Amino acid sequence: MSEPVIEFRDLGLAYGQGEARTVILAGLDLTVARGEVLVIVGESGVGKSTLLRVLIGLARPSSGTVRVAARPGCRTPMALVFQDARLLPWRRVVDNVAFGLEGGGLSKAERRAEARKGLALVGLADLAGRWPHQLSGGQRQRVAIARALAVEPDVLLMDEPFSALDSFTREGLQDELQRITAQTGKTVVFVTHDIDEAVTLADRVVVLAGKPGRVAAEVRIDLPRPRKRRDDALQAIARQLRAELSRRSAEL
Amino acid sequence: MNLVRSTLLAAAGLAAFLLFWEAMPRLGLVDPAFLPPPSTIPAAFLREVALGVWPLAVASSLSHYVVGLGVGAGAGIGLGLVSGMSRPFEAVTAWVVRLLRPIPGLAWVPFAIIWFGVQPSAAVFIIAIGVFWIVFFATQGAVRGVDRDLIEVAQAFGFRSPLARLTKILLPAATPGILVGLRTALGQAWMAVVAAEIFGVPGVGQRMMQASSLLSTDIVVVYMLTMAALYGLFDSAFVALQGRLLRWRP
Repeated sequence: MSEPVIEFRDLGLAYGQGEARTVILAGLDLTVARGEVLVIVGESGVGKSTLLRVLIGLARPSSGTVRVAARPGCRTPMALVFQDARLLPWRRVVDNVAFGLEGGGLSKAERRAEARKGLALVGLADLAGRWPHQLSGGQRQRVAIARALAVEPDVLLMDEPFSALDSFTREGLQDELQRITAQTGKTVVFVTHDIDEAVTLADRVVVLAGKPGRVAAEVRIDLPRPRKRRDDALQAIARQLRAELSRRSAEL
Repeated sequence: MNLVRSTLLAAAGLAAFLLFWEAMPRLGLVDPAFLPPPSTIPAAFLREVALGVWPLAVASSLSHYVVGLGVGAGAGIGLGLVSGMSRPFEAVTAWVVRLLRPIPGLAWVPFAIIWFGVQPSAAVFIIAIGVFWIVFFATQGAVRGVDRDLIEVAQAFGFRSPLARLTKILLPAATPGILVGLRTALGQAWMAVVAAEIFGVPGVGQRMMQASSLLSTDIVVVYMLTMAALYGLFDSAFVALQGRLLRWRP
């Protein structure tokens, strides 16, 4: 395994005080290697999204350490794709994608040129001039992915990015993400509760379980890409993960 | 209902209203001195223009209106944004706001005269106060109502300072709400113009007061219609601007 980009050590996170105190995560150790697609699965409320929020600075851990060793000279260490696209409705598609580049010393024309590259990567170059409300749900989420890619993050964080989409669109975007990661060699941390999605995308799947959440199981998937969803080996891994998850939830 | 039909109905409604108005004094149902028939208005209007009174009054009132609206709306948006963004600021000002808010513009007239004299700045002050509260509350509410998820987007992309939050998210997201307040203020400010001018600052309001004390009700009506026309003009222009600013909305 190459050098870790992200390293969680004994991470804990809790909200509130006294009676109202809720412990989300405790004693969590996890590393992410450069260039790998790490998929975190687990039930709702187990703290999967919280891990991403800690990385992007939207949540603060109560204990433990997070070490991020981004490539020196990279434009942004990390960018996050939210579960819902969260486009800014008052900006045209191209300016939504350029959003993260503002304040980086680029001129408006340069930012738009970068944004168009990002849009081309997700196959939406034609829609640059549209308003977000004119897009379908799938298109909106692709714009959100382009917005994250445009800042050239060392690590791409994705928080259940396809869960609100219909299954047809979802599988299309999964294939697209496989293509993009193959093309860019980007490190990806992807959170989902969909096992099939996890095994399709992941180099490594980490199962988060328990209350508070910690790493309960880990599976490396070395199957060749692009992967077929109905592949027997993939299905076998999915079955193994499902069994693991149901065993974990039965224990609780 | 199609456009032609609704336009015809609107024209018919207006015609019926004018006919009724014309008939009341003509049939002797009311004294023409109390209610001048609309047919006498154009002549009264031409008299006022020929005297040179109308253009002066309108120009003077327009300058009060525009400056008062600008000052009041500017202060309302500015303080509304601060109050919407900062809970401590809102807490500090909560009771001051409750104290000052219910005071009507007219009640400020004595202070306006003492502070500014019988000057255009006094009229501007009265108008600005009327406008301020409407815009202030609209802005504060609009900022409070901004989707927290969008603020997180800005944070996730590294825009964490209050200024970045304001310019990247809060201001554009609050614009629809602020514009609603501004449009209300556009009408409110014309009402304030009359109040602001009754104590002698030249303008439409002052001329109406002079005319009414002489029972020249036709002249009063001329200026009522003048204000309606100016309001219509400003409101139409504002709606066009609003449509342009909010063209991103479905």
